Amino acid sequence: MSTMTYLLGIAAAVIALVSVIELLRRRRLRERHAIWWILAAILALVGALFPATVAWLATVLGVGLPSNLVFFISIVLLFLVNLQHSAELTDLEDKTRTLAEESALQKVRLERLEERIDPTRDRPDA
Amino acid sequence: MLTGVDDDVLHPACLGGLGDGSELDELRPSADDTENLHASIVDERPLSARPRKVAIASITVMPSTSLRPLIVLPAFNEEQALGPLLDEISEALPRIDCLVVSDGSRDATVAIARSRGVTVVDLPFNLGVGGAMRAGFRYALRNGYSAVVQVDADGQHDPRDVPRLVTELERADIVIGARFAGAGDYNARGPRRWAMKVLASVIGRIADTTLTDATSGFKASGPRAVSLFAATYPAEYLGDTVEALVIAARAGLRIRQSPVAMRDRQGGVPSHHPVKAAAYLARASMALIFAMTRPKVQLSKAEAAR
Repeated sequence: MSTMTYLLGIAAAVIALVSVIELLRRRRLRERHAIWWILAAILALVGALFPATVAWLATVLGVGLPSNLVFFISIVLLFLVNLQHSAELTDLEDKTRTLAEESALQKVRLERLEERIDPTRDRPDA
Repeated sequence: MLTGVDDDVLHPACLGGLGDGSELDELRPSADDTENLHASIVDERPLSARPRKVAIASITVMPSTSLRPLIVLPAFNEEQALGPLLDEISEALPRIDCLVVSDGSRDATVAIARSRGVTVVDLPFNLGVGGAMRAGFRYALRNGYSAVVQVDADGQHDPRDVPRLVTELERADIVIGARFAGAGDYNARGPRRWAMKVLASVIGRIADTTLTDATSGFKASGPRAVSLFAATYPAEYLGDTVEALVIAARAGLRIRQSPVAMRDRQGGVPSHHPVKAAAYLARASMALIFAMTRPKVQLSKAEAAR
């Protein structure tokens, strides 16, 4: 491995970690979503700084090429993050649905109350 | 028979008729059983001053005369069919209240319903039939209706069947207005029909009854079903038919069917393509399997969660 690729790996890991931390700091990312990305960025940094650890882990696990181990871990991590996002999306859709129903029901109540206060008043969106 | 039935199922509180101020009556506390159940959860009065809490069991033996039905029409861009249908309902069933749930319609659906004095729950965006119906069930519960009859806004269900379905709620919690059960000449053919047949028999087995049509949108729900569905009506594809019935059956509700005739739809022709029928059956089976593996919904919990 040349010095160039070594530095490239470190730079990529640092950019990833700084991005996550910056988003967290600006409250653009909530902690419970950020945890996976922080974990991934730290793993990447460790692997980039000490390539020997990746090679060692690959031998321990019986993976021939250390880079394959990196791909494997990355894919598993991305899969889990995606799954979590799909689950949260479903949660949000459920909540949106409830809010939509409630807002429509409240509108009916409001219209009735307004009509009771002033029956001559025109309905704004009738 | 129709007129006799009509008188039987009416609650005195809805004698005011359609859209002529009876909406205001609904805001008052009523002596209705469903209303009491609802009130007992939020009631802050001392126990002695509260209306007697009615046990679920007593509702099931309640004579149908005390049922106060609400027709709910989930409508998504139905400006063509809705007007004539509402006129037909107010003519045939002048004393049953009606609610249009506009499912994010962007045409004149809401205006047409309002011009006929019908209450409209106007959802801000499209949620699907399940979302529209849950809003309808919640409306019914909060406004003291003890039964909900779902009628499609495209005019394929005959509103004159409504009183009969409501009377049959005396012996069941959900009455499905079923096609292929003898009445009418509506007939799906080929693979889609087979798919519907399989579904109906499987769900019939789960619900411990005989069904020829599990996917009909024409359904009457009694007080227990209204409470259950206000809390749990699913919004997913086929959730309003397949999954809703499974949830109800597993919560111990009694499901029956009653033959109805279908009328021509205003627009759209059901598909008879074998691939589409297979996809339909596959999705329905998946909905069914997932519905069966989920934890059962307890009726009392559904009420507490509302």
